[in-house]
Amino acid sequence: MSTVAQAPPLAAPVRKRRRRRTIGLKYVLLLILAVIILMPVYVLLVTSFKGVIETDAAHAWSLPHLWSVDAWRQAWTQLSPNMRNSFELVIPATLLSTMLGALNGFALSKWRFPGADLVFTFFLFGMFIPYQAVMIPLTQLLTNIHFPTGIPSLIFAHIVYGIPITALIFRNYYATIPDELMEAARMDRAGMFRTFWSVVLPISMPAFVVALIWQFTSIWNDFLFAVFIVTDPSQWPVTVALNNTTGSLVTPYNLQMAAALLASAPTLVVYILLGRYFMRGLMAGALKG
Amino acid sequence: MSKIIPGSRTRLALVAVLALVLVLPAAASARTKSSTGSAASCQLSVFSWWTGGGEAAGLTKLIAIWNKQNPTCPFKNETVAGGAGSNAKAVLAQRLAAHKPPDSFQGHAGKELQDYIKAGQVEPIDFIYTQYGFDKIMPKQLISQITYQGHLYSVPVNIHRANVLWYNPAVLKKAGIASVPKTWAQFTAALDKAKAAGVIPLALGEQWTQKHLFETVLISTLGVSGWNQLWTKEGDWNSAGVKTAIDRFNTLLAKYTNSDAGSLTWQDAGKLVADGKAAFNIMGDWQDGYFSGSTAGGNLALKPGTAYNWAAVPGSDGVYDWLSDSFTLPKGAPHRDAAIKWLAFLGSEKAQDTFNPVKGSIPARQDAKTSLYGPYLKWALQQWKTDKLAGSLTHGVVASNAWNAAIDSALGLFIQGHNTASFQKALVAAHDKNAS
Amino acid sequence: MKRIRRWGPGLLLVSPSIVLIAVFVYGLIGWNIKVSLSDWRQAQPSSGYAGLRAYRDLFHDAVWSLDLRHILIFTVVFIVGTLFVGWTLAFLLDKGVKGEGFFRAIYLFPMAVSFIASGIVWRWLMNPAPGDRETGLNAVFDHAGLHFLVNQWYLGQNWGMAAMAMPAVWALSGYIMALFLAGFRGVPEELREAARMDGASEYRVYRHVVFPHLRPVTLSALIILGHISIKVFDLIVAVGGKQLITQVPAVYMWIQIYDAQDYAKGAAIATLLLIGISVLIIPYLIFTVRSERNA
Repeated sequence: MSTVAQAPPLAAPVRKRRRRRTIGLKYVLLLILAVIILMPVYVLLVTSFKGVIETDAAHAWSLPHLWSVDAWRQAWTQLSPNMRNSFELVIPATLLSTMLGALNGFALSKWRFPGADLVFTFFLFGMFIPYQAVMIPLTQLLTNIHFPTGIPSLIFAHIVYGIPITALIFRNYYATIPDELMEAARMDRAGMFRTFWSVVLPISMPAFVVALIWQFTSIWNDFLFAVFIVTDPSQWPVTVALNNTTGSLVTPYNLQMAAALLASAPTLVVYILLGRYFMRGLMAGALKG
Repeated sequence: MSKIIPGSRTRLALVAVLALVLVLPAAASARTKSSTGSAASCQLSVFSWWTGGGEAAGLTKLIAIWNKQNPTCPFKNETVAGGAGSNAKAVLAQRLAAHKPPDSFQGHAGKELQDYIKAGQVEPIDFIYTQYGFDKIMPKQLISQITYQGHLYSVPVNIHRANVLWYNPAVLKKAGIASVPKTWAQFTAALDKAKAAGVIPLALGEQWTQKHLFETVLISTLGVSGWNQLWTKEGDWNSAGVKTAIDRFNTLLAKYTNSDAGSLTWQDAGKLVADGKAAFNIMGDWQDGYFSGSTAGGNLALKPGTAYNWAAVPGSDGVYDWLSDSFTLPKGAPHRDAAIKWLAFLGSEKAQDTFNPVKGSIPARQDAKTSLYGPYLKWALQQWKTDKLAGSLTHGVVASNAWNAAIDSALGLFIQGHNTASFQKALVAAHDKNAS
Repeated sequence: MKRIRRWGPGLLLVSPSIVLIAVFVYGLIGWNIKVSLSDWRQAQPSSGYAGLRAYRDLFHDAVWSLDLRHILIFTVVFIVGTLFVGWTLAFLLDKGVKGEGFFRAIYLFPMAVSFIASGIVWRWLMNPAPGDRETGLNAVFDHAGLHFLVNQWYLGQNWGMAAMAMPAVWALSGYIMALFLAGFRGVPEELREAARMDGASEYRVYRHVVFPHLRPVTLSALIILGHISIKVFDLIVAVGGKQLITQVPAVYMWIQIYDAQDYAKGAAIATLLLIGISVLIIPYLIFTVRSERNA
């Protein structure tokens, strides 16, 4: 283990001073980067509180002369009917696809079978298909199998196309589970489902959270599937409504930005709530590869 | 490494949630079924991309009239925004392919509808024209230009004009431009003066507005018959006339337009003129809606004739570069009778005089009540009576979608490389591939 | 027989997913390849065989070459940029700072905003208006005296796509930061301590103990970023529209399918994109399988 070169250890007070300086520098850098990253959010916020007259690119940076919540009010009117659709879409789709990913990941890593790696590759490649090219046959396929139209079809599509990424997350996570645990279960003559339920599932929370966050974000922000698969405008999720705030002629930027912030609020809440677990999930090797 | 170990209670909760989760979609599906109702009840589903501004306002007025006149068959507004109809067209294509058409959909009158016609996705509606007298009240030139193989497939609701030169009188005065240019030579002279005065001579926006500009230059250079001939099978894009037009266009791009054109929308470019930062802008007459409309809708509320003014694009006086929003009758429309009624309604004087003043366009019919229209539209109505008609390229009248896309590619490459010879060659190739 | 009873259930468990993927991914890929070889070039579907015409068309298409150049520049800048920023953020947060959760939430937030929305803002920020119409980041640079940074952004003739990658770097850096942070922290503290005991400086600890552990994470990050980059569409259209100056293959594919209705050409573009992506992930898969076999 000691392949690192020898260097004379520094005296304690020197090390302490150096550490304080480093920490200070760290904070400065972190803050600078935070400000840079928040710049676009600032523009979004500031524009959303402007009246229509003040809203243009030339005044992107300035605070509103006249603070106005009109844009927010309008955004809420245009988006809130669709919020419900989004929740009806995201909650089942995320939970079901995550569960499916857990089962798949488990089978591919801990209850392996001949060709398991091949199947994993088979799944992974599915991540890369360019969706725009296959929207027409996809919707025809969904019609042909007589799947209930509207949000259920959309949920189904997201579950199917979520198989690769969720399998990736869970497989990599379960790979870090020591085989001894599996052996112990086998000693107790536990079958596959029993092993999953009592041994694997209890320790899967971190991976669940990683998968939940990714799926929630992608499904919530998806526009393409939603607009093609759901034909009834009253069933559209919030991203289509957000896109429709673009007037076909004049674009009301303040409305668009308020709507954008509104639409991203639930995702942000999910991040904040699950953020802690997110870190632990990754630490346990969910995407380590 | 701390892994959270939920106990058996948590696991049961997880299962309960999953069970609930399976119920939600069923509930949503049940709601869908109940809202679409039984097959007997009627709903007129109309597909368009009119999601904002004057268009949405005009459509709302039409919807109100329709619902009042047809309480048993309420209007179902299906709009998808984005890309001047790009998203809507894609979704529409998918619905038509899946044989789930709306009762009517919006499309630009002319060759843009050709793809739908050729695919057998829309019905001929000559009978509506004869039954309701549209063939008598709409200009003959217009009808002949939207007839395809002897049949009509859409009812035009409005007419927009593309070859309009917008200018700021104050800027012109400051630059010493005595009169609005009427020929190319006068135009370049005026542009030179504007440049010398330190303003942008010709405000320009992103790629499609440059195509729009090119189209007006072509029309001004070739004249109506030259223009119309280009779109036939015998059309000669290799001609000297086209070469001149390309050279003129190149001059405009190279010498007289703003360098950040690619980042400006058509309104941004218009605003440059309104703010006095540019002298001229060439754009369709929706620019008037933006200039004079109310600020509540995001417009500039300027006084027509004083804060801004207009004229025909130099060299094209007497030519109406027209485009039109129209509605069709899809094959297999779920409520065909209602759809036919809708089309008949759209072609009526009441509908057109309700919609157009709000939208900022003129009716396709020739019996418009002039008093309802603003100053610019009054002028346009005048011109519409006497001008010769040249269909727009950019807005789907004279060329099919495929042809338009080919021209887009050629134009995009030209904007990058400024190679006039390759541009002309590419246009010839686009014609040879797509003319019919 | 006993062996089958051992792994049979596993195979059974994944079989529904195998069927779904087979139909909804590979079935559609197959459909796509078939269309790319057909003569379907108008709204009416057509199943005549046209061979490699669509591919040959693309090969001679100046627009396609431009698209490829654009996506290459975008991909390189996006991946390198995101890896760099994400890594730096993770490095800064590694030892734990006060308010780590706060910083993490800030860095992660961009991913919550969809590209359709953030595209508008970035359009404003990257405004290339010259002179007294200057605004956005150019205005900030000039005010701060950093005149050399003022540029044409995404309208730049040759390197515009590098600017286009900025919003993407902004959006994904937080997620990559999280990946790397996990990677950093996945190194057992004992290993680090042992190295320190041996008298290694922090720099050496990082270089010889921590960084080698990051290889798998980096590879995962590369795959995720790569697949986003090659399919990028929403961002491009939100900032630059469908103009040629910022056009990428996914946008061209959309134009061919839904505007020009040359379905064969659109399908050919999709197939080429898939081939391009395979080039990225096959090394990953070989690496994964091999490293697992070695473990």
